Amino acid sequence: MGKLILLSLKFAILFFTVEAVFEDQVGKFDWRQQYVGKVRFSHFDTHVQSSKKVLLATENNVFAAVNTRTGELGWRHVDKTGPEGNIDAFLQYGQDAVLVIGNGRLLRSWDINVGGLNWEVVLDSGSFQSACLVGQQNTVKQVAVLKKAAISLHYLSNGHQKWIENLPDSETVDYQTVYSGGNGEVYVLGVVPHSHITVVAYSVEDGEIIKQYLVEAPWLSNLQVSCTVVSQGVLTCIDSATVSLYTLDLHAQSQMTQMPLQTLGLELAPGFHPTLVSSQPNPSHPPLSEFLLQLGPDHYLLLQLNNGHVVTLRDLKPAMLVTFVTTGDKTVAAVMSPKNRTACSVNLFSVETGRRLLDTTLIFNIDPNGGKPEKLFVQAFLKKDDSVGYRVMVQTEDHTLTFLQQPGRVIWTREEALSDVVTMEMVDLPLTGTQAELEGEFGKKADGLMSMVLKRLSSQFVLLQAWISHLWKLFYDARKPRSQVKNEVTIENLSRDEFNLQKMMVMVTASGKLFGIDSNTGSILWRHNLDNIPANAAFKLMVQRTTAHFPHPPQCTLLIKDKDTGLATLHVFNPIFGKKSHITPPALTQPILQSLILPLMDQDYAKVLLLVDDQYKVSAFPSTKNVLQQLQEMASSIFFFLIDSSQGRLSGYRLRTDLSTELIWEVIVPPEVQRIVSVKGKRPNEHVHSQGRVMGDRSVLYKYLNPNLLAVVTESTDTHQERSFIAILLIDGVTGRIFHEAVQRKARGPVHVVHSENWVVYEYWSTKSRRNEFSVIELYEGMELYNSTVFSSLDRPHAPQVLQQSYIFPSSISTMEATLTEKGITSRHLLIGLSSGGILSLPKMFLDPRRPEIVSEQIREENLIPYAPELLIRTEWFINYNQTVSRVRGIYTAPSGLESTCLVVAYGLDIYQTRVYPSKQFDVLKDDYDYMLISSVLFALFFATMISKRLAEVKLLNRAWR
Amino acid sequence: MDAPIFQLKFLVVFIVSFIVFVNFVYCNNGGRHGDSLDTELSGFSVPLEHSFEVDDVAKFSVRGALVLKGGREPTVSLSQNQLSEEDRIKLKEVAAVDGLYRIRVPRVFLQGDRQTEQQMEGYLTSFVRACAMVESHLSDAITLTTDVSGYLIGISIVTLPGACRGTEVEDEVDLEVFNTTLRVMAPVNAPGPETALFLERMEQELEKKAKNPQEQKSFFAKYWYLILGGAIFLMVTNSAQPPAGGGREQS
Repeated sequence: MGKLILLSLKFAILFFTVEAVFEDQVGKFDWRQQYVGKVRFSHFDTHVQSSKKVLLATENNVFAAVNTRTGELGWRHVDKTGPEGNIDAFLQYGQDAVLVIGNGRLLRSWDINVGGLNWEVVLDSGSFQSACLVGQQNTVKQVAVLKKAAISLHYLSNGHQKWIENLPDSETVDYQTVYSGGNGEVYVLGVVPHSHITVVAYSVEDGEIIKQYLVEAPWLSNLQVSCTVVSQGVLTCIDSATVSLYTLDLHAQSQMTQMPLQTLGLELAPGFHPTLVSSQPNPSHPPLSEFLLQLGPDHYLLLQLNNGHVVTLRDLKPAMLVTFVTTGDKTVAAVMSPKNRTACSVNLFSVETGRRLLDTTLIFNIDPNGGKPEKLFVQAFLKKDDSVGYRVMVQTEDHTLTFLQQPGRVIWTREEALSDVVTMEMVDLPLTGTQAELEGEFGKKADGLMSMVLKRLSSQFVLLQAWISHLWKLFYDARKPRSQVKNEVTIENLSRDEFNLQKMMVMVTASGKLFGIDSNTGSILWRHNLDNIPANAAFKLMVQRTTAHFPHPPQCTLLIKDKDTGLATLHVFNPIFGKKSHITPPALTQPILQSLILPLMDQDYAKVLLLVDDQYKVSAFPSTKNVLQQLQEMASSIFFFLIDSSQGRLSGYRLRTDLSTELIWEVIVPPEVQRIVSVKGKRPNEHVHSQGRVMGDRSVLYKYLNPNLLAVVTESTDTHQERSFIAILLIDGVTGRIFHEAVQRKARGPVHVVHSENWVVYEYWSTKSRRNEFSVIELYEGMELYNSTVFSSLDRPHAPQVLQQSYIFPSSISTMEATLTEKGITSRHLLIGLSSGGILSLPKMFLDPRRPEIVSEQIREENLIPYAPELLIRTEWFINYNQTVSRVRGIYTAPSGLESTCLVVAYGLDIYQTRVYPSKQFDVLKDDYDYMLISSVLFALFFATMISKRLAEVKLLNRAWR
Repeated sequence: MDAPIFQLKFLVVFIVSFIVFVNFVYCNNGGRHGDSLDTELSGFSVPLEHSFEVDDVAKFSVRGALVLKGGREPTVSLSQNQLSEEDRIKLKEVAAVDGLYRIRVPRVFLQGDRQTEQQMEGYLTSFVRACAMVESHLSDAITLTTDVSGYLIGISIVTLPGACRGTEVEDEVDLEVFNTTLRVMAPVNAPGPETALFLERMEQELEKKAKNPQEQKSFFAKYWYLILGGAIFLMVTNSAQPPAGGGREQS
């Protein structure tokens, strides 16, 4: 193997020169943004007064510290995805943050200053229930972890287990809560639903059961939902059926006392499940005797438990969000209440008295393109005059984090929805006003020769003016220091640059928030939150009209489909400004099976979107008369396919003139044997420059360029490593003809596929050799073309020649895409997102089934690399050098105005944007190009010719006189 | 307005196809092929059906029978009948309106033992433009695709030549007999990485090198004269002309 690698290395060095970023190019054409995801738990670092950190544990299994001054990430730890890395609990004490991870699999402690791991212990199996810090005499030394059948105590300093005890009767009792009030006892509370509560008290010292008793509670089903511990160990529960508060002194072993809410003069909002919130500022002391009772969606009560009596301190209505916060020895309740339609106000209330604290109002303006506030995190601090000051972090429904200080100044916002980008498109920026005017001239109807000439002259004059002002600006700016020149990109001054390198990135996130991001700088130019997005929505973003059709605004359409019901809605918007279009999309009453963008345009240059519903009826958007007429004319040449992976059915349909459809072909892959995992067509905006490849003997091997070709990948249902296989089918999407069927035995997915030009590249896991392998299929028509002028799937009787070769790839990958350029002249690279976070740009020429085993003279002529079974990963091929992109899920490529340049966006937890030059910058002069030299040489040559011409003339004249 | 006529045509077409169907069955059993008894013993047959209608509503009728022999290497043979007079006229009519000529076979499992095991619900369908069928004088190529385990997953039909050029087919006799090429396509095994061959080749190359001592000389031993020459040349040029301002090292 070593020999193999060495030899392949030699070949690689022979054939390629280095292509990588130089140090001074870092960050010049690329940017990265790091995200954490939707916050589940958050604590402010309070152990030092001057601390500037907020700790976030998120639903994306990320634990991170964010600087509260700037909103930037201090450090970030990304755990495994899925339930394995799920953060169950987050406890903070001093500078230690204790996390329970993966349903009680791991217990970890982090140092919050630097983000280093203090310790990690693997816990005994069992599903996690609850955790709490256990303190005694003002210090906290242990953490208690309650599982389904056992409770264990761990030292906070090193994670070692102090003791573990099995819980009594854990088969019948559902233990849910653990509580410690700092008196050397740990209480474990369990419930037998609709029967009784079990209380077990353990000694902190040795885990011995101090006491154990049952309390009747036939109304109770879940402790965590309806109960909390307040005051000196008094379990307080709320029951919505009897509309009563129940209290139980855990120390006294008594019965529960019922307290109907009516006696307090309170009423419950109908249908609302009330909840209780208590606060335990210090784990070594019992909780406060004040607690919150939520009676309705916007109705809270601040109550106090006083010698067994409940006293109402404050009726908080309306209150959207309430939270307790402690600083020093003062605890306050922060209450967010609606102010008007666009703003909320936050106020602090003293917990002891329930009085509102003076000068503590903070206004939070609700972004009209955002969502409603969902969570409130408060950072409180003591001012010099011992009064309480505070800042708040608000999480809204669109996963935006906003950090504010009084009286409402936004310090920073983080758009955490961008941690989950689903799909994206890049849209050309509009032309500047003057350019647009020039363009617009062509679109208008001709109104006389003279006026046209005048118009042309005037627009040329305007251009000249713009150019002079541009030059003046350049000259003016050149005198200023560079740092000041950098002008901010705003939505007003957006315009296309010379080479169309700057574009608008339209990103769709899983939460249903849309973003418009400037591709040059990464700044968010617009955002729009969509309401009523189903939880498991599938999105498809389509560009119906580009910016090329001035004065018509560009138009994007987002198809949002509920995966369960199949019902879909359309959102039509302007991708440059993010504004919803005034065009009302059709209401879709039937589940949608398929959508397709046609190259047809209506009179306003919007491409036609066809939607196929479950009755196989087709509706068009826009559906003007013009469009319908065009559709009728074109109907017999509009084909589409549907895939039902549950039945393994691939079927082709043809449009009829009355917009109904007819089934024309059907292929059924038996779902008992294999299931369809992915179907890849070609990108519609792809251009192929050369029709064939020149062989060593100067003949041409023509590529099979079928734009309707589909690559269908199936995986075997049998997952045994000897019998599992993956199969790849190449099917024509119009005729349903299967051109090729290849089976990779002893292989399984996940399979990543790229389909472009005349090739399909796929990656799979070989179960036999336990490694990742790449395979490439190339299709050739042969030495002569069947019909060189036009391609029709209906008239290609000969099946293409298929060549295939496979390679070993030394890393696992998470996504794959191919570069795309304007005219397809530039050679292609594969962009491979590795699971390590690197993005590799692998030249397609390494994946070429014509790579020969034995090198001959002709093959050398063709510049083919001799076959080597292993594809190497060379560090210069990483286009993101050290800018790791966590959890890459997708790579998007877009052509730029320069043929050599392809724009790349990789998205996952992070977003990374860069440019790649697969064939180097053959159409661009380098930054350090020596203009002086070339111009001086030119001038010198020019003068030399002038002088020599003069001399020659003199000489001729002299000769003539002679 | 023309609905009744339309329906009438529909009815006629249906009746015609029904008669055709009956005819086909008759022909198949009539023993046009002497070996039909033989094939029924070793394999089993499924109908290959076709449909071509002026209104493009599929009504399938039997075109022939596919005789399938299961096992390791499944083989298929096809026995078909001639097109009847009505069908020929209809096919030309369909071709004139650019209709489709469709075929279908039932889904079958080629490696089953009993017929009941072999046949499954549903059909596999494919199509070709009727005009292509007419212009190629019924010469078509039908490909049946099976999957790894022997299920028939797809059928495709192409005509040779495949284009519709609008040439009139005058002679009715040209549209009588199908000239069909039948092929069964089983999946090919995709190649894995070729490590063994590669290593073998590497070893051969090494051996070659070992045999040829000229190759084993070091870089300096081989090119000492060039290096020496270059060095002398550099020295001479340096002494003749001092470097002018460092030159341009990078470009």
